Amino acid sequence: MSQALRDDPAAAGEGRVAAQPRTGMGLLFRAWLPILLFGLLALVPLLAKLGAEGFIISLLTRVVILGLAAMALDLLIGFGGLVSFGHAAFIGIGAYSVGILSSHGQEDLLVQLAVAAAVSVAFALASGAIALRTHGVYFIMITLAFGQMLFFLATSLAAYGGDDGLTLSGRSTLAGRPLLKGDVTLYYLSLAVLLLAYLLCRRLVASRFGRVLRGARENEIRMEAIGFEPFPYRLVAYAVAGALAGIAGVLLANQSEFVSPAVMSWQRSGDLIFMVVLGGLGTLHGAIIGSAAFLLIEEVLSHFTEHWRIIFGPLLILAVLFIRGGLVGRLGRGL
Amino acid sequence: MKRLAGFGFAVAMGALASTGAIAQDKVKVGLIVTLSGPSAVLGQQARNGLEMAFKDLGGKVGGKEVELIVVDDELKPDVAVTKVKGLLERDKVDFVVGPIFSNVLGAIAKPVTDSQTFLISPNAGSSALAGKSCNPFFFATSYQNDQVHQISGKVAQDRGYKKVYLLAPNYQAGKDAMAGFKRDFKGEVLEESYVPLNTLDFQSELAKIASMKPDAIYTFMPGGMGVNLVKQYRQAGLTIPVFSAFTVDEATLPAQGEAALGMFAGSNWAPNLDTPQNKKFVDAYVAAHNAVPATYAFQAYDAGLLIDSAVRGVKGDLSNKDAVRAALRKADFTSLRGSFKFSANGFPVQDFYLTKVGKRADGKYETQIVEKVFSNYADPYVKDCALTN
Amino acid sequence: MSATLLMIQALNGLQFGLILFLIAAGLTLVFGVMDFINLAHGVQYMVGAYLTAAFAAWTGSFLYGLVLALPTALAFGLVLEVLIFRHLYDRDHLDQVLATFGVIIFLNEAVRLIWGAAPLSVPMPEALSGSIALPGGISYPVFRLVIIGAGIGVAALLYLLVNHTRIGMLIRAGATNAPMVSALGVNIRLLFTIVFGFGAMLAGFAGAMVSPILSVEPGMGDNVLILAFVVIVIGGIGSVRGAFLAALLIGLVDTLGRLLAPTLLRMLLDPAAASQTGRAIAPMLIYILMAAVLFVRPAGLFPAKR
Repeated sequence: MSQALRDDPAAAGEGRVAAQPRTGMGLLFRAWLPILLFGLLALVPLLAKLGAEGFIISLLTRVVILGLAAMALDLLIGFGGLVSFGHAAFIGIGAYSVGILSSHGQEDLLVQLAVAAAVSVAFALASGAIALRTHGVYFIMITLAFGQMLFFLATSLAAYGGDDGLTLSGRSTLAGRPLLKGDVTLYYLSLAVLLLAYLLCRRLVASRFGRVLRGARENEIRMEAIGFEPFPYRLVAYAVAGALAGIAGVLLANQSEFVSPAVMSWQRSGDLIFMVVLGGLGTLHGAIIGSAAFLLIEEVLSHFTEHWRIIFGPLLILAVLFIRGGLVGRLGRGL
Repeated sequence: MKRLAGFGFAVAMGALASTGAIAQDKVKVGLIVTLSGPSAVLGQQARNGLEMAFKDLGGKVGGKEVELIVVDDELKPDVAVTKVKGLLERDKVDFVVGPIFSNVLGAIAKPVTDSQTFLISPNAGSSALAGKSCNPFFFATSYQNDQVHQISGKVAQDRGYKKVYLLAPNYQAGKDAMAGFKRDFKGEVLEESYVPLNTLDFQSELAKIASMKPDAIYTFMPGGMGVNLVKQYRQAGLTIPVFSAFTVDEATLPAQGEAALGMFAGSNWAPNLDTPQNKKFVDAYVAAHNAVPATYAFQAYDAGLLIDSAVRGVKGDLSNKDAVRAALRKADFTSLRGSFKFSANGFPVQDFYLTKVGKRADGKYETQIVEKVFSNYADPYVKDCALTN
Repeated sequence: MSATLLMIQALNGLQFGLILFLIAAGLTLVFGVMDFINLAHGVQYMVGAYLTAAFAAWTGSFLYGLVLALPTALAFGLVLEVLIFRHLYDRDHLDQVLATFGVIIFLNEAVRLIWGAAPLSVPMPEALSGSIALPGGISYPVFRLVIIGAGIGVAALLYLLVNHTRIGMLIRAGATNAPMVSALGVNIRLLFTIVFGFGAMLAGFAGAMVSPILSVEPGMGDNVLILAFVVIVIGGIGSVRGAFLAALLIGLVDTLGRLLAPTLLRMLLDPAAASQTGRAIAPMLIYILMAAVLFVRPAGLFPAKR
């Protein structure tokens, strides 16, 4: 409890990763890891020129976009202790904002982003107000319920493809020009959005807001006793995470130029949780690493065998059993 | 560990990059079909069919070595888009064969044709691609979806059925199916019932059917849904004639068995279709896979022959897309179904049959031809298609 | 729409609800007693169905298949418990969710490797394959009545077991306060293993019972799992009584909802719009129900006292 309230952003989420050593190397590493990560992501398109450029770029764009959604989820799980099992619903809101608006001729990216964020926040406030009354596994299930409601709503939108989804006529435009047409441009735009979101989240968790959020995760009653009602803080966090995932949805729709209810299936919500935990809870950049690990493992394994899941499943179990604190925690311990 | 992680990343990237970097003197064909989930068996049939075609051609198409790359669309349109982009951008394939399901086709048609790669469908054939969205890079060795449903509608009309109950999953292909049936059927539709996709328990529907007492039932229930519907239909003790498409076929018959006997389906082919090449194909397929081939297998086999004919037609030079298209358009091969040519929209002009489930001499089940319903039939959407040659 | 149709649908809803209960009973006990979220519970249902299919094909009889499948499903559940789940009890819920999710992925694929992707069929016992006439002139399949009977029988058995035996007392005590039970000298590990194996067998039994009417295929447990979770959350985690009522509620709401939603909406909208909206709303109903229940009672209908 006292640890979580310390004025140290780097200590975020340590309530869970208790075994982290406090050596100089470890601290140095934690500070540099995000810089290394973003640097690597910024440079990869240059390396990719060596091989199948288009494919690597589109794979990495997905890494970055799902990384954004996973990072938003980490804000909830890692800092608020709120395990949302319906986070993909927000990706769906973003994707359908693009799909529905562009099928009515509104193809401007900024308008689509604004609509996606606004609808996401509205949905988050409405569903969060109900969901946040519950705790633990009940919260998991009620967020799943809201996610499923949105999923079935999308499957019933016959005018926008229903179950089948709809193919976009093209990517979004910026000031009337098709600036996102190039894959590399879309990649760097997504990366820039991710970086901005990352910095925003860093600020957020280091602020008093973030400390209240973490405090309420550690001990809700004590938090209330010192005068902080956790509910509004949690609701705002829920809305921020929703808006960020909505933005990720806009980008994802542009990347695949296709929108379907599948983007908000419960399995996708599960994937996001997996990315967050695999990368390391309560670190923000861990979620991005988790997203990269998840998509790359899937890609490489499925390249070797059609039955790649028979390897992927046990990998998942082993990762949980032996990599406590996620990949970031593992890296931080210098192994 | 930092170095190790970097190394791992580099290896992964290298593995991904290497496949695309090889200069190619062979023809690359990408196959994207559903290979996981309840409907995987349909995709496996298509894969077996295409592999058999390439094997029978001696591992070559038009004299050039052929490389087949198979990917699984998981029956998820969004996954399919990613996978097909892998085929186009990483593997740089010359032809894409696929998919099975029309919702997947809706998702991958644009990326494939935008990249000026030829897409050959071994099954799905949506009305949009046949009509106003028709595309010079798209061909189907199957049919336009409506046609197979129209067969049963025509038969129901000819046999004088007055009241029919329609049952389909609630998605676009399901609605198209019902529309296709109603094109030639003029009697009364008692109910046009849509169940959620992947429904497994049809007891409620069967109860409704029993209480309404229609003259016939028409249904479109692909894959595992069809297995359940047919089994539960028999268990409910119903004896009303059942007409269908993609509900009783050789992919699902092993699971339906006895329960499907006597049910009708509309098709462009059946395993017992009497052409010499078809007899050889069916026997070879049964010998290799211990299962009877379904339309998915035969249409994929034809797709292999079609590719061979086109590469032969341009003497191996795939760089001139117009020439390749002209060669594909000619359909200079002997289809297993016999009479076959392409309409202006890249869909076949062919015969259609009413089939009925029966038992083979070896105890396996198959669909068998009852009567020819349409001859040399081109789909009506072609009039909306702007392609002329 | 006739009254007989409504009655048939109610029976269908009851049958669906009882199948859900068989799965949810084990899930809620494992969750309640061990505080362990087992997503892999759904694959026990699948494994039960596959084992029945395999044994039925081998012996040529559904009944023998069922009899052989039950102990095998139990043994399989225990092997999983010893190999994997045992190491997860003292982890937090997130780790449990992920590791058991890994088990689902693995087993779905393993089943596909062993038995192929095509759905399997299980022959229905000849004596139970017919239909019997119900008052009102509509026939109803005998086998579904057997499922209803078996479901009610198991529910009654569970009621006796949990409320009137020593082991049941320990289970109830464990659901309320496991550390205290352990401190009183009860071998809690053994209790865990018994509860786990029993839950796995019940789910396997559910899979075995539906194998003649549904297709046996990889991934068949996934959607059922989500519904089972909805059931135990509505019922209150750890409460078998809650799971029973919630399972029947979900079964009836889902089945009758699909029938009634379009009909009721027809009073408000024109027929085409009503049937379109009705079809959209029907699959949402159970989730709306769950959200509503949790809004009023944030820990379900019958929360275990802690």
